[in-house]
Formats: sequence, C-alpha cells, structure tokens
Amino acid sequence: MIYDLLIEPFQYAFMVKALIACVLIGVVCPLFGAHVINREMGFMSDALAHAVLPGMVAAYTVGINPFFGAVPMGIIVALLIGYIVRKSNISNDTSIGILFSGLFALGITAISMLEPQNSSLNIESILLGQITSVSMNDLYVYSALTISTLVIMAFFHKHLVFIGFDFDGAKVAGLHSGKLDYLLLVLLSIVIVVTLQIVGVILVVGLLITPAASASLLVNHFSKVIVLGILFGVIASISGLYISYHFNLPSGPAIALISTSIFSLTFLKKLKSN
Amino acid sequence: MNTKTSFNTTSCCSSSSEYDCLPSCCSSSSEYSIEVSNLCVEFDDVLALDEVSFKIPKGVLTGVVGPNGGGKSTLFNALVGLQPVARGTIFINGNSPQEALGDISYVPQKEKVNWRFPLSVTDVVSLGKLKHQPFYKIFNFSKDKEIEDALKKVGMWDNRSELMRNLSGGQRQRAFIARALVQKANILLLDEAFSGVDIPSQVGVLDVLKELRDEGKTILIATHDLNTLSDRFDELLCLNRHICAHGNPETVFTKEVLIELYGSHEHMFADHKIGQHGLS
Repeated sequence: MIYDLLIEPFQYAFMVKALIACVLIGVVCPLFGAHVINREMGFMSDALAHAVLPGMVAAYTVGINPFFGAVPMGIIVALLIGYIVRKSNISNDTSIGILFSGLFALGITAISMLEPQNSSLNIESILLGQITSVSMNDLYVYSALTISTLVIMAFFHKHLVFIGFDFDGAKVAGLHSGKLDYLLLVLLSIVIVVTLQIVGVILVVGLLITPAASASLLVNHFSKVIVLGILFGVIASISGLYISYHFNLPSGPAIALISTSIFSLTFLKKLKSN
Repeated sequence: MNTKTSFNTTSCCSSSSEYDCLPSCCSSSSEYSIEVSNLCVEFDDVLALDEVSFKIPKGVLTGVVGPNGGGKSTLFNALVGLQPVARGTIFINGNSPQEALGDISYVPQKEKVNWRFPLSVTDVVSLGKLKHQPFYKIFNFSKDKEIEDALKKVGMWDNRSELMRNLSGGQRQRAFIARALVQKANILLLDEAFSGVDIPSQVGVLDVLKELRDEGKTILIATHDLNTLSDRFDELLCLNRHICAHGNPETVFTKEVLIELYGSHEHMFADHKIGQHGLS
C-alpha cells in the first residue's frame, strides 16, 4: 500500500526528475516569497511571470533554452516598470498592469502564430507547466540556477532585509541600496522563470507567496517565516506531485491547491488563536 | 558653542549671477561635524532650500525646527546624499556626503520604514554592523557583545526579542539609536523622531541622546513641534526654506523669527517661553 502510494511513482525516471524539480522550487520560492510578501511585490511577481512570455517564445523560436530569453526579458520588464513610473505620473501598480497584460498578450499572440511550425510551443504547457517532461538538461539548468540564487541570497540576506525594512537608512549606512534592489529583482526573475516552467505561468505566484504567507500567520520572525515557508513549499510541491500522479491531474494546479489548503489551515488556526 | 542668531531673508538661488553667492571658502575644517554653505535644493519650480548655510560643531545636540514643508527632511536628505542639490556645498567631517556614507546614521520618519517586516529589535540593531562585518560573519546574528552593549545603553535589552512593529514610538527610536551605535556613526540624524511619541518617552530618548552627545556624537533632531522640549537642545536651527535663526534655545525665538517660521500663525507661539512645557 505504502509502496504503491509513495515509492511506485518513482520507478519512472520522469517522476524522479519531477521530484527533484519540485524540491528545488519548493525551497527557493518561499525564500523569495518572504521578501515578496513583506515588500508587497506579489502583483509585480505575477506580472513578471506573465510578461516574460515573449522572451520565452523568442528563445523557443531560435532553438535555445527558454530560460535564456525569459530571464533577460524579466529584468527588462522590471526596469521598464520603474522607468514608466518615473517618467510619467502613473502609479506603480498601473504601470505593472499595463506591461503585464500587453506583454502577455504579445506572447500568446506569438505562440498562436508560431505553434503550427514549432511543436515545442504549446499554450497549455506554458500556462500550466510541464513538470513531467523535464529533461535532464533542464534539471541541470534549474539546479545550477537554484543553488546559485540560494548561495547569493544567503550572503546578501541581511543586506536585502535592511533595504526592505529601511531603504534610506541602509543607503546612509553605506549599503548600495539601489544595486541591492536590482539584485533582488534579477534573482526574483530567475526564480520566477524556473518556477513557471515547472508549474506554469498562472500558478507561479501561488508557489511564491502562499507558503511564505502561510508561515507568516504562524510565526513572528522573518527568519522563521523563511524556514517554515520552505517546509510548506516542499510539502506542497511533493504532495502535489503525488496527487497529480495518482489521480492523473495536472501537477501545477495540484501543487497550488495543496499550497492554498495549507494557507486555509493556517488561517483557521490564526482565527482560532485570535 | 555657536550662539549667534543670523537672519537670511534674501534669496540668491534665483540670482542672475551664479557667482553672487558662492561660498567664500571651499575647504572645510574638521572641528565641525557638519558644514553647509549656500545650499539650494529645488523640486521642479519650487525652491525647497534657499541659500542655507550653517556649521554644527562636534558633540552638539541640535534641534532643527520649522513648519511642515519647511525643508527639514530635505535638508537631512541632502546631508546624507539622498537628495541632489542645485548648488552649494556640504561637508560631513570634512568630506562630501558620498564620501562620508557610514559616518552618519539616519533615523527616517516612521512613514518611510516598512513596519510589515517581522524583525526583532536585535535584528534591526545588528543591521548596523553590516558595513563593518566581514563576509564570513554574515550569519552571526545575535550573540554579539557590541549589540548587547548598545541595547543596554539605550535601555532596550529587556525588549530585544520584541518585534519592532509592536513597539511604541519611543522604543522604536531607542532601537534605531542602538543601530547607530553599532554602526559606529558619529553623527545621528533623527527625522521627526518625536512625532507621535508621548512627552515622557521623548524625555527618555533625549536623555539617551544627551549621554551620546557627552561622548562626542553630533546629533540633529528635526521636529515641527515647537512646544516640545526646545530648551533641552544645545542649539536650535530654525528652518523655513532658509535659515531663520541658529543659536541658543534661550535666545533664538524672537518675534521676528517666529513670524518667519510660522507666518501668520505666530500668535499661537507668542506666549511660548522656554521651560514652560509642563515639565520640570
């Protein structure tokens, strides 16, 4: 029984690769999510996930890993959002919304036009992820990127906390607040692009913010939010993978549903303790 | 101590000649922590600071008073290099603000701090060490003698594990002062530090600041509230886009200065007497 439930799925190589990918994003997403929820960057992150689509399509079209089109695109979009806010008088979320819908529409239109000629382009797999078709090469790229971002985050953890908490105070203390802000955006773009290839464009933000938000309801300290968030992220992604295997469901939505269920439970606990 | 009262009512920033008001001396002497000459700051068409000149010696507790919109925060931002200046010079310990980064610790207005971050008092104080900390010590969070000493000095050792967002205004100020101590900053700028802080807590924070002043730190506190403890500062810098007066709190508030500072509302402060604020 236990063998059937827990071990049997991993006799298939694609499930082992999927499991490794799940653990990677389960760890890295809540780490960034703790910053995202405390800096109110949820909408920005969702926009980045959608707006990188044209970059991904361009990479597919020229036959390179979509990552190499999506990450530069994510960085350009992040910078463009700030540029539009500075040069016009519109608010940050309006600027995000405009680029979000415009670039996502451009990406979808490009896919519709190119899909007949390019079989690797598929709207459904981009929207909902393709965790079970992760190749060994993809896994190497994801692992290298995830581990690199984890190491960089570990070294700059306190710097990023400082600028998130007190941007001007950090600058006066001699930190390069502006550059650190861009560093966070670049790393966030990388994490979003890796995650969206696994769980899909629409569900990225769920994995990014929901485990960290759930943790923030239970513990009261930034470092603890990260640790508990990572635990929730890993539980959600692994159990989501099992459910998708046993019930033949798409894995991205299964992971997101488990993640949201964990949030619901923590929210109920919070209500009860209040 | 500088006790002169100076007036500056003419604008040179809009002068036809750029050279009319250039500082006579472009070097600085290090006996002053802060030297500002002919500083002008403009926002679009608005002149936020107009020909502001003053010198603050080392080890002096200065109150920067003036109405809302009088340029106090702009001045502080210029001192720490956050605000581009149209013209004029600023020397911090004899260096430009950019070169002096780290010499100053800045306590921003409470609206500028992201209180959502769940950080404890110890976390926030430890952030002051970042610039001096070698990379390999980056994970060493709380067990640090300097942090412990700073927290004890400002009377926050017992509150060290509490979240910043749950503290009172006065306690938050104390935590930021502790952060300045571990940063080893010799100049502290506190922007509207007493906004929303009750009078006994203000007195407590001022007592901590006076102790630091006695140890040689230079401290500037901006406040729009004339009524609070003006006489407890060593000097007052009265700012309403230009320097209305700078000097001893006992003598600085003349009727002319109050009119310059608060315009037609000066009658509200006409009876203001140093020492008459309900506290002994």
